[in-house]
Amino acid sequence: MLKVSIYRYNPETDSAPYMQDYELDTQGKDLMVLDVLELLKAQDPSLAFRRSCREGVCGSDGMNISGKNGLACIMPISQAAPKGKLVLRPLPGLPVIRDLVVDMEQFYTQYKKIEPYLQNSTPAPAIERLQSPEEREKLDGLYECILCACCSTACPSFWWNPDKFIGPAGLLQAYRFLADSRDTATDERLGKLDDPFSVFRCHGIQNCVNVCPKGLNPTRAIGHIRNMLITRAV
Amino acid sequence: MVKAVTGFGRSGLYDWFIQRVSAVVLVAYTLFIVGFIFLSKDFGYASWSALFEQRWVRVFSLIALISTIAHAWIGLWSVVTDYLTNRMMGGKATVLRILVEVLLGAVAVFYAVWGIEILWGV
Repeated sequence: MLKVSIYRYNPETDSAPYMQDYELDTQGKDLMVLDVLELLKAQDPSLAFRRSCREGVCGSDGMNISGKNGLACIMPISQAAPKGKLVLRPLPGLPVIRDLVVDMEQFYTQYKKIEPYLQNSTPAPAIERLQSPEEREKLDGLYECILCACCSTACPSFWWNPDKFIGPAGLLQAYRFLADSRDTATDERLGKLDDPFSVFRCHGIQNCVNVCPKGLNPTRAIGHIRNMLITRAV
Repeated sequence: MVKAVTGFGRSGLYDWFIQRVSAVVLVAYTLFIVGFIFLSKDFGYASWSALFEQRWVRVFSLIALISTIAHAWIGLWSVVTDYLTNRMMGGKATVLRILVEVLLGAVAVFYAVWGIEILWGV
């Protein structure tokens, strides 16, 4: 039997959040955490969580799994609950809407700030803007981000200043456009990042790298942004 | 994108740069002083005061003092703006933050003046 402890909170009926214990017969299978949640929801339909693709692509089911942020759909219980006890909480730092569902507004506001789209002031060519394989290679490790928010909600700097610090996910995407050979707004982009909060609240503790379910490295991207800012200013 | 008038240099990059440079200065000064204490043959009042008779040692000490002040301001300002925020505490955070920052500034000026007095007073 798998013991599961889940953070429950329904603001309409509960005065405070609490942990609810469940037991589940996994029949010896190494289920994914999302499977466990689906089976428990069959027992208790009041349980709320987000999910969509169930294969680690959409980024809907980011949550805190036994103390570490991750995607429930690609996290096997053998890894998340090696001693038979699984603890599920919502992503830390963000306001809880209900149970494991958080309000992602602050996260998206920061993402919006970095203008996550290609900006090019030169006339568009007849067919498409070309890139050499080398230029394209620079985007590897950046474009794969699915915006699940596991990294930003594992970051103390983002917990303290979610309204000012862009956070690892937003900064990874900021660098994705700074590194893009087709983007001509590099200087304007850098100019908007040169305050004491947006980039520089990162103290390099690498919680983001530790939790990223896609194996990306936001700390390295932030280092690249910092180097670009230095090159521009020295 | 975020305005911050009480930051050391008002630019994140500038603060970051000063934080690194001042850290290097402090490492160099610490090694210099500790090295002098442990490596000089007859360490005592005579050798210590002879050391600080030299202008370059006084200037180096002053640079180390200024580095300490800049380093402390940038570091503590980060701490203050992490934990004493309006988001967490409401309007009183502004008052509290200004109070702490003014106090830090006063201590910094006090140490700067006192340090110069000591270095050039003996």
